[in-house]
Amino acid sequence: MKFQKRLLRAEPNFQILTKLWQVNWLYVILICALAVVGYVALYSAGGGTSRPFAGPQSIRFCFGVVMMLGIALMSPAILVRLAWPLYIFSLILLVAVLRMGHVGKGAERWLMLGGMQVQPSELAKIALVLMLAAWFHKISYRSMGNPLLLIPPALMVLVPVALVLKEPNLGTAVIIGTVGASMFFGAGMRLWQIALLILPVPMLARIAYSHLHDYQKARVTTFLHPESDPLGAGYNIIQSKIALGSGGMWGQGYLHGTQGQLNFLPEKQTDFIFTMIAEEWGYVGGVTVIGMLLLLVFGGMLIAMRSRNQFGRLLGLGISMNFFLYCAVNLSMVMGAIPVGGVPLPLISYGGSAMLMVMFGFGLLMSAWVHRNATFGETTPGEKD
Amino acid sequence: MKLRKKKSGNRLMSRPEEGKNPSRGVFTRRALLLMAAQGAVLGALGERLYGLQVLNGSHYAKLAENNRLSKRFFAPPRGRITDRFGISVAANRVNWRALLLAEETSDIPGTLERFAQLVPLEPRDTTRIEHELRHKRRFIPIMLRDFLSWDDMARLELNMPSLPGVLIDVGTTRVYPFGPLLAHVVGYVAPPAEKDVVHNAELALPGMRVGRSGIEQTQDASLRGQVGSVEMEVNAVGRVMAELDRDEGLAGDEITLTIDSGLQQQVLGRIADQSASAVVMDCRNGEVLAMVSNPSFDPSLFDSGVSQAQWIEWTNNSQTPLINKAVSGLYPPGSTFKPAVAMAALRAGTLSPSDRISCPGYIDVGGTRFHCWSRYGHGSINLRQGLKYSCDVFFYEVARRTGMDAIAATSELFGLGARLPEIELPHVRQGLIPTPTWRRAHGHHWNGGDTIVSGIGQGFVQVTPLQLATYASRIATGRAVQPHLIRSVAGRLAGLTDLGHATDMDMPGTFFEDIRAGMYAVVNEEGGTAPKARLDIPGVQMAGKTGSAQVRRVSRAMRESGHFNSANLPWEYRPHALFICYAPYDAPRYATAVVIEHGNAGADVAAPLARDIMTDTLRRDPVNHREPPGQEVAQAEVD
Repeated sequence: MKFQKRLLRAEPNFQILTKLWQVNWLYVILICALAVVGYVALYSAGGGTSRPFAGPQSIRFCFGVVMMLGIALMSPAILVRLAWPLYIFSLILLVAVLRMGHVGKGAERWLMLGGMQVQPSELAKIALVLMLAAWFHKISYRSMGNPLLLIPPALMVLVPVALVLKEPNLGTAVIIGTVGASMFFGAGMRLWQIALLILPVPMLARIAYSHLHDYQKARVTTFLHPESDPLGAGYNIIQSKIALGSGGMWGQGYLHGTQGQLNFLPEKQTDFIFTMIAEEWGYVGGVTVIGMLLLLVFGGMLIAMRSRNQFGRLLGLGISMNFFLYCAVNLSMVMGAIPVGGVPLPLISYGGSAMLMVMFGFGLLMSAWVHRNATFGETTPGEKD
Repeated sequence: MKLRKKKSGNRLMSRPEEGKNPSRGVFTRRALLLMAAQGAVLGALGERLYGLQVLNGSHYAKLAENNRLSKRFFAPPRGRITDRFGISVAANRVNWRALLLAEETSDIPGTLERFAQLVPLEPRDTTRIEHELRHKRRFIPIMLRDFLSWDDMARLELNMPSLPGVLIDVGTTRVYPFGPLLAHVVGYVAPPAEKDVVHNAELALPGMRVGRSGIEQTQDASLRGQVGSVEMEVNAVGRVMAELDRDEGLAGDEITLTIDSGLQQQVLGRIADQSASAVVMDCRNGEVLAMVSNPSFDPSLFDSGVSQAQWIEWTNNSQTPLINKAVSGLYPPGSTFKPAVAMAALRAGTLSPSDRISCPGYIDVGGTRFHCWSRYGHGSINLRQGLKYSCDVFFYEVARRTGMDAIAATSELFGLGARLPEIELPHVRQGLIPTPTWRRAHGHHWNGGDTIVSGIGQGFVQVTPLQLATYASRIATGRAVQPHLIRSVAGRLAGLTDLGHATDMDMPGTFFEDIRAGMYAVVNEEGGTAPKARLDIPGVQMAGKTGSAQVRRVSRAMRESGHFNSANLPWEYRPHALFICYAPYDAPRYATAVVIEHGNAGADVAAPLARDIMTDTLRRDPVNHREPPGQEVAQAEVD
């Protein structure tokens, strides 16, 4: 540590290299390991070629790594200043997707930008994490007791949730809401406030259900009775469970999963990629992947705890929660524990904007790690950093 | 650099609290709590995975093995629709077709190209196939070509090895043996639209059709049946090795209509080329025996798509061939409305059967003179005579005394301007019996003159021919008969066909007797308005009521010139000719309503037509026949 400080003082131009050295490389290696798992699985999903899925995805990942390292070097002070513009931009994209979005499977989720499909709700999640971290960083822990100061961040959560619900994308809306809530929790929201908020939840849930689209209600019912609609929504759940189960302890062997290779699994390269892995690599493979994901989640939480500033702590918490929820929802989905809802498995599923946003998030997490010892702007809301 | 300075500054300032920073402490505790929850969730998922893969692994392995038995879904045959004697009015024809199962070929363009060399594809087919390839799920087959000839099939069979994913399959298409005759009742089917498929994945299967009109539309769900499936054993590359199990699905329900297609044909024959509609009902239970709306169209044209030219021709035709006039055509009932007005007055106590009203040929109400159809007037007459001569002044006065609210209430009980909930057709219109309340709701004042003209079924009064037939049935029986078109579904008799189904109408029987007597006089007594409707069957009498409904106001000048003759008007300005009737008078069995668009006088045109229809109907009464009548006629038509 001392050596680094001296180096910094002596040679400011080496700052970038120092920061690069500071990056948590162990964590980066873990990320790369999961990306390799993803490549291997997509190679199989493509029927034993890198052509349709694995190749493009690995190029995106390399680009993502560069982006992640770039963001890791950015000081939290800059990130705090970026929070508002990025958040507003993400809201504009969410509105744009409702206005002129590309309709796929009955819901508007994508925006065509320069020939590329972008899913603005992905950006909104990361922007919200950044925004909330910046907000709570500035208002300090002591003033958390003042409920008035909780209203703006609550709106920051509810606006994107409402826009995403309108798409309609129930799964993502729930994830955004939960990430937001966990950040309130981590920021030190008083327990009585939490209790007050939880009380009306069952009633709200009932109201929310009555406002669901028919196809979403249908999803809930086919989830309960997948056999009632073997051609429609039930098909995926049934086939996914069969594929998982047939993997057994050791799997059917790489490139030899009958379900995946014979195309019984629709969308196997995206939402159902884990099914493909667990079919070919068995329980051993599946649990290894879950373990790696858990390591990433816990690693992120530990990074958050190590930070000496509230911004870094909450950034780490938000990113880790987001990553965790993605994994948990996707895995529960393919195991038939919750209704299918179009949530990919981060780092592994095929898809551009999801991959880039996951790496963007990891970049923020790395920045929180690199600058973990910075203490700035806290408890003095009026003062500029 | 700047940041670093700030950092040390802050550190100095916060030194006293270093180590027990409250926010950091709270954060750490709460973060650990969240981690515990995260670990628990992922742990539980790992546990579930263990259950799926290890504990139940062999169960699912078996299912996976069964999955190599690729399941293929196919559309079940659509239920037949028959007339009351079991004669097909909508049936299925075998259709050999070539399908493509996208998930079984690795090279779709190549397969398509080789296919097109064997069986040519139209550009229209190609664009459709490309569209379906993009939008349908890979396990749902796409139709390449249908109505394959034996030659086509032989060529394809021979080349199957080079056509992975191509299947030859037998499906069905809908045929309507009677063509236009029953098009309005039976309706037609068309390929499902994209939005239908979103709501129901089954509709994506090749050969699935959606009912778009008539019985085909309203009974679509029960006609469609349940999707069948074939289980095939497929090898590791997906090639079919053997067919293992077949679930035929459930063919759609066979629906038997109340229609007698032979009678329908005879009625159409009587109507010939007039723009008209006629409804014949069994007035005891509401079964519709014939429902003709002329002109009509060929329903089978819709199966493969109607040409633009044909569509324009239909929609520009002033005689509206696509519209079922019997339920969707709205007409002023004219004088056929008078029995309902009479009943309203009797019920309200504003008229007794013996009351006499004097008709000098006109009546003055509120400074306006309303004319009777007879310039010379009918003198002093009672209800029976009022109906018999169809005296306008009599009913002007009755309506004035009774008031529009009472008239509307009673006529709605007869089904006029009311919803007829049991009729199994789409686009059924309700018509209108105007009331002061209705008029006010549209921002106008109801004045006395409106009641007067409504009393003879003019003005705003609008009803459908089906309502008129129901009205006649209810007058004849005194019971709230509900018209319906379905006699049985999948062999189960519909409840409405039950004779005891209709409840008695809440009106005294003597009132019915008075009105029926008037309607008897219309046809059978000297001086009645419809002597031409007298039946030529010994011992059987018909009761009825004529109507000529003006579609254009007749000016006083025209009327008083004495040369007024509506037959000289252009077709679309001539009055509609209407007739309602039932027979036999002493034991009512059938009721009929006839509306001839712009047919001029009901007495001259509609009454003889109704007589002919009733004669045909009575002659076909099953009581007179051991064999279903019209069998030979219908058979001839099918071939």
